Amino acid sequence: MTTAHDLGQPLMTPLTPLAVADPGGLIQSVDWVAVAPPLIAALAALAVLVTDLFLPEARKRLLGWLSAAGLLAALAALLPLALGDTRSTFCFKSPGGGCSYTADHFALAFQLLALGGALLTVLLSLHTVEAEKLPGGEYWFLLLSSACGAALLPASRDLATLVIALEVATLPAFALVGLRRDGRGAESALKFFLSSVNATAVMLLGVSFVYAAAGTIQLQGVADGLAQAPGRLKPLAEAGAVLTLVGFAFKTAAVPFHFWVPDTYVGAPLPVAGYLSVVGKAAGLSGLALVTTLALRPYGHTWGLVLAVLAALTMTFGNAAALRQRTDTPHGAVRLLAWSSVGQAGYLLVPLAAAGYAGSAEPLGATVAYALIYGLVNLGAFGVVALVGGSGRLDGFRGLAGRNRWAAFGLAFFLLCLAGLPPGVVGLFGKVVVFRSAVDAGLGWLAVVMAVNVVVALAYYLKWTALLFAPSAGEGVAEGDAGHRTPAPLGAALGLAAVGAVVLSVAPQLVLQVVSGSLF
Amino acid sequence: MNAVLIALLALPLLGAALTLAPIGDRQALRLGTAVTGATLLLAVVLAAGFDQDDPSRMQAVTDVPWIPALDVRLHLGVDGISLPLLVLTALLTFLCALYSVKKLPAGPGGRAFTGLLLLLQTGMLATFAVLDLVLFFLAFEIVLVPMYFLIARWGSGQKVAAANRFILYTLLGSAVMLLGFLLIGVKAGTFDMVKLADAHGSGLSHTTQLVAALAILVGLAVKAPAWPLHSWLPDAHTAAPTAGSVLLAGVMLKMGTYGLVRVLLPVVPDGTATFAPYLGAFAAVGIVYGSLACLALARKGAKGDLKRLIAYSSVGHMGFVLLGIASLTPTGLNGALFANVAHGLITGLLFFVVGAVKDRYGTADLDTLAGTTGAALYGRAPRIGALLAFAAVASLGLPGLAGFWGELLAMYGAFDPAAGLSRPAFVTYMALAGLGTLLTAAYLLVVVKRVCMGDPEQPAPVADLPDLKGYEAASWTPLAALTLLAGLWPALLLGLSDPAVKHLLGGG
Repeated sequence: MTTAHDLGQPLMTPLTPLAVADPGGLIQSVDWVAVAPPLIAALAALAVLVTDLFLPEARKRLLGWLSAAGLLAALAALLPLALGDTRSTFCFKSPGGGCSYTADHFALAFQLLALGGALLTVLLSLHTVEAEKLPGGEYWFLLLSSACGAALLPASRDLATLVIALEVATLPAFALVGLRRDGRGAESALKFFLSSVNATAVMLLGVSFVYAAAGTIQLQGVADGLAQAPGRLKPLAEAGAVLTLVGFAFKTAAVPFHFWVPDTYVGAPLPVAGYLSVVGKAAGLSGLALVTTLALRPYGHTWGLVLAVLAALTMTFGNAAALRQRTDTPHGAVRLLAWSSVGQAGYLLVPLAAAGYAGSAEPLGATVAYALIYGLVNLGAFGVVALVGGSGRLDGFRGLAGRNRWAAFGLAFFLLCLAGLPPGVVGLFGKVVVFRSAVDAGLGWLAVVMAVNVVVALAYYLKWTALLFAPSAGEGVAEGDAGHRTPAPLGAALGLAAVGAVVLSVAPQLVLQVVSGSLF
Repeated sequence: MNAVLIALLALPLLGAALTLAPIGDRQALRLGTAVTGATLLLAVVLAAGFDQDDPSRMQAVTDVPWIPALDVRLHLGVDGISLPLLVLTALLTFLCALYSVKKLPAGPGGRAFTGLLLLLQTGMLATFAVLDLVLFFLAFEIVLVPMYFLIARWGSGQKVAAANRFILYTLLGSAVMLLGFLLIGVKAGTFDMVKLADAHGSGLSHTTQLVAALAILVGLAVKAPAWPLHSWLPDAHTAAPTAGSVLLAGVMLKMGTYGLVRVLLPVVPDGTATFAPYLGAFAAVGIVYGSLACLALARKGAKGDLKRLIAYSSVGHMGFVLLGIASLTPTGLNGALFANVAHGLITGLLFFVVGAVKDRYGTADLDTLAGTTGAALYGRAPRIGALLAFAAVASLGLPGLAGFWGELLAMYGAFDPAAGLSRPAFVTYMALAGLGTLLTAAYLLVVVKRVCMGDPEQPAPVADLPDLKGYEAASWTPLAALTLLAGLWPALLLGLSDPAVKHLLGGG
């Protein structure tokens, strides 16, 4: 309006200084408690960046602990939210406006995963940053920023916030991957960057189509808008939905958008690879869940089928590729975990597909529970790989039980959890709830495909587990850890993951309660 | 809450956890014997406290919620069907532990062995004690990892390949079985086996029953194993160490048939009735196939492995169990359950004896053992020879020994199958099973002839052949005595199983 005045045009109508009738309605009140978890992570990131300027080189180690403290505070901020009622903020007061940020159970569970995963990553990284001489300030800043994005994402309830949060989560990750200053790091960062930026572009296009068809970016509003959209807008809306899904499929590394995963993981510092496999995936997954079950609800059967096919392909390809890993490939351990994470992403997609078929968000609880379990044990597995170090060949793990008994037990336990075989009881129940969601929604064929995949996956998890307890190679080419002690933070992270997994194995109810409760 | 049954499951688990502590190998083995001994004692206490007048009622029941989100409860209990199997499991594990103290198979040491053995026992006991479908599945899975390592690390021959095949095969089976369980759980709204059995399939549509029954049947048939899903078994038994073979054949195969009786029959009766003729057909083929395979292995010049032969004989014997179950009659089911226990005793004994022969000769190759005239165990090691012959005739079903009653009743059940099943088909199966008993007798007698008889003076692969040792006698005689007892006094077991079976079939 003001520009019109500046141009000096004559006033044809009585002065209307503002475009809306009720200007007070635009002023949003902010519920600081609700936004505290991502906010604290962001503030910690800034604090680290600033502190870095004033710290002498010798004391850069403090930055890592500062990050850990920041994440702990952010995790603590989840507590009042979890105990109280659902809180929403950034709400539009206009009728049917909705809110842009909601801290419901779904959001809290994924925030727990993002922040907890980031905390474990920090503990794993403390040693790596020193050993590989990574630039401390940047590393911690980027990690915290990404965690902030990943924590913001599950709470976003409009498409714009969603896309921005996703970018906040992934942009720092490119830099994190490339921080290792050798050719491999740069190559993997570039690969990651190019595929991810493509995905973002495609997704933005899709989002704009959806916006055009529905007339709003509020997720709830989109669902209503799409349901009432005129027939001629339908092709546009459907194209938008598909493109949006493709974008998120990239982020979750679903087949056929998975090619970047192994090279990126191998090139990245190990804790970052672990972080990407857990928090990065969780971010993509939570976004996908929000867009599908909330915004695209009217097209449930369509995306349900698409996701079911995607899930079947993802788990099959991921597991087949993991099965083909040879024990003497350099970085075989990380490659195996990378492919296994692709396979696991397939399992995570199953309840999403079931939600499409069931027409409700209820099956999502299985995804949430499985993601929490997977995140914990997968980070544990990455941690042991980081501890063992060396060339990262699977052969380097031969006879680990003889050299470092507890590391071998830990890795065996994590792998069996991933495989879903007792004594990894929690992994087993994670799979049980996923199976149940599929059976419940009538997706019997997907359940059968998944059952076969679980067996295929067991073959390689078990091969690795058996390697740990095999007699050492004749020449005693003990790699990596032989001789020196476990760094304290790394030990703490592993202990935390192992204790968590054991406790959850004894009392699975702790994590499985999200299956029965209401999420949104 | 029943402390005895809980302690029965907790004790081995605790023992397994104890082996994580830094203790010596010998101490660990003794710990294993002590723990399995105490477990056996508990099992005996449980049996003594069992109300024999009402074996169809679940006794020693514990029922507390464990995972409310999934509606999974820690529901434990025993009745006349599970009690004999629990005692058998406790007994066989104890005997294996006792045997292993003196005769630990070559491998990474006694501590890990004991830990795995105890974990295995936990899973096996839990399978027979739990009354919740999800827990049943969990118990089914618990046994896999310990048995995998027992075969892969303490076995012989192609042990890693055999272990892989064992675990992948059975896991595929149990994953399919889980799908069936979940389908039932979702449709019926509970995983509680007692409630589901009491409902007797009401509330489950015919289609649901068919799909669920097929999934569960396939999963359990892999474990049992039913022909043609048996191909993991010969390799696993051949490669496994003695203790592993004994437990595999003696207990783990029973987990499959127990599941058929406990879950499939009462929970999805319509589905079971539909598939029973096929199960019966596969069982009959399995009986004949197993015997023919054994006959081929027992031939001169066939390079047959004695352990492999007993493994194939298990396929045949489990065929009788499956046939009895498929008849869906109380007679057939009683026979099946009796044959289950009898096979556990007899085959356990056979694997012990053959394992000892293999240890002495360094091979179980029948041709190498027998030489030109026969291994002449009667002459060179008469007690071992006598025990082998005893186990062999028990296995071929000599009246008066345990092997007889189960197979007779199973065939009798097939002769007069439940209403609705095709009589001519089942009579054919019975005839095939009868042929199987003849073939079984043939190959076992050939084995006895080639191993026990012969010229003691002929040049033998090993010069020095010690006869039965003290620890061997200690771990084998209970099995031989029980084989005799069960053969002479079948009412001991049948009295327990009969009311429970009738209850499950919906009659009582």
